[in-house]
Amino acid sequence: MLSDYTFIGIFVVVAIAFPIIALALAFFVRPKKPDAVKSSTYECGLETIGETWVQFRVQYYVYALVFVVFDIETVFLYPWAVAYNKLGLFALVEMFIFLAILVGGLIYAWRKGALEWV
Amino acid sequence: MNISSLNLTAIAPQIIIIITALVVLLAELFTGRKSLLAYLSLLGIIVAAIASWYIWNGTEQRLFAVPMFQTMAVADGYSLFLNLVFLVTAALSVLASINYLVRERINHGEYYALLLLATGGMMLMGSATDLMTVFLALEILSISLYVLAGFNRADLKSGESALKYFLLGAFASGFLLYGIALIYGATGTTNLAAIVDFLKGTGPMRGTYLFIGLGLLLVGFSFKIALVPFHMWTPDVYEGAPTSVTAFMSVGAKAAGFAALGRLLLYAFPTLLGDWVWALAVLSVLTMTLGNLTALAQTNVKRMLAYSSIAHAGYILIGLIAANEAGMAGVLFYLLAYAFMNVGAFAVVIAVGREGEPNLELSDYAGLGSRQPLLAAAMAVFMFSLAGVPPLAGFFGKLYIFSAAVQAGFVALAIIGVLNSVVSAFFYLRVIVYMYMQKPIVEARPVLAPPLALAIALAVLGTIGLGLLPTPFLTLAQQSIAMLFGA
Repeated sequence: MLSDYTFIGIFVVVAIAFPIIALALAFFVRPKKPDAVKSSTYECGLETIGETWVQFRVQYYVYALVFVVFDIETVFLYPWAVAYNKLGLFALVEMFIFLAILVGGLIYAWRKGALEWV
Repeated sequence: MNISSLNLTAIAPQIIIIITALVVLLAELFTGRKSLLAYLSLLGIIVAAIASWYIWNGTEQRLFAVPMFQTMAVADGYSLFLNLVFLVTAALSVLASINYLVRERINHGEYYALLLLATGGMMLMGSATDLMTVFLALEILSISLYVLAGFNRADLKSGESALKYFLLGAFASGFLLYGIALIYGATGTTNLAAIVDFLKGTGPMRGTYLFIGLGLLLVGFSFKIALVPFHMWTPDVYEGAPTSVTAFMSVGAKAAGFAALGRLLLYAFPTLLGDWVWALAVLSVLTMTLGNLTALAQTNVKRMLAYSSIAHAGYILIGLIAANEAGMAGVLFYLLAYAFMNVGAFAVVIAVGREGEPNLELSDYAGLGSRQPLLAAAMAVFMFSLAGVPPLAGFFGKLYIFSAAVQAGFVALAIIGVLNSVVSAFFYLRVIVYMYMQKPIVEARPVLAPPLALAIALAVLGTIGLGLLPTPFLTLAQQSIAMLFGA
């Protein structure tokens, strides 16, 4: 029990010390030659254009929601497929009920025009 | 694990309601007639009620409890009686909604689907025997209600109502979940039966975490059933939400909260009775008093009914505090009575209202007695019943609860309850005074649509019926709570 906590303690100490030592070392070793490009916000990337407080089209969210639903479906399908031989008929029926409910959701989203970009 | 161990027949009413919700959702896509969806929902509600009745009658002895899904939930008398309360509420709300939605131009098919999903959540809450199921059911219920509260998208007040309800509801869920986590930490289980066993084994030393957990659980539930001082959201949410939704959630969500709270406190934590009972007694006194005193000052009828519903939560809580069979039977009876009279009162508010609901003030009810004699008579019945005037349902609900409190030795609490009823009579009777003794300001006659008229008629029938023949329903309630006390 004690040794477990000793390990965690050592990890905590190392985790705190490591970045401090690394950053401090780099600070003393590195050459300092700043220029305009180097001190810009994104050295390798685009400057932002306009305000970031803009409204997004609501369809982004609808798309994201539909995507999340089917993402979760995949998350459920993988372990089910792996353990398929052990689970048997019950899990098969269960999964088809689950899929039927999701398909119902897809039909709903489809008919409501959530999949069309206007 | 096989299918028969899940006991799908025992959970049939809930499954029927959820399937109906999904069918309604999909049916909306292929039909232009929105009223069809309402009747489809009613059909599902009736079938679920019949299924509940079959489960009740299917067992020989009254002391039955059919566990399902590995004791995650149970079908017993308690849950089946509560099914009746929820289904009555849902049916009356659907009937009252049909023409209201058309009038307010919010006639979207999702309304009925969400209402049914919320009903399914409530029914699951009544039958939950595991803290995880309680939480799951509460979330099904709450998320549907958040959307319903903001259903009138064009109305800013409705949006405000939904946002407030969502933020405070999510906050309350956090409390509840934290409480569940601490109880799990203290007892090593979320199953109620296992918690009972654990508490029997530990004796007087039970640890701090259990108390903190139970306290957080009570705070979470107090938010959901709007007990003072956790009631701040209630008036704004009830006033802003579409009236038919207010009717539904003021009864349904509250009954569901009491359902789960009753099972938790009386079945799982009776050994800690001495600890939670005084906390609830304080909440009850505060809730009744503040609810009634604030309702006195309201001139908006919808807001007045919101404060009145806070006060009623206080009365019902007395039955829980009594913690005896008479008290719990009283709670169930009161919830049924409350379903009829409160949904009925809101249905009248719908009938008097016009598009955009500009006329919710007391003065809009002036002279209703001569303009719409039947509607005014119905409103009078609901107001008398809410105030607790004898031959009506509300009186017997209060009578049973207060007498149970006296039996249990909470005489002071019963007296405070009675005094509060007297105070409440003022603002209920004020509506009647306006209806019958004031000259009408507007002469326009509100048109009463047949489904709404049916809803009001059924509610009047229930309110008077429960008052004239309380015994069979009380017997039913007494039988249904036997399981809680393990008698």
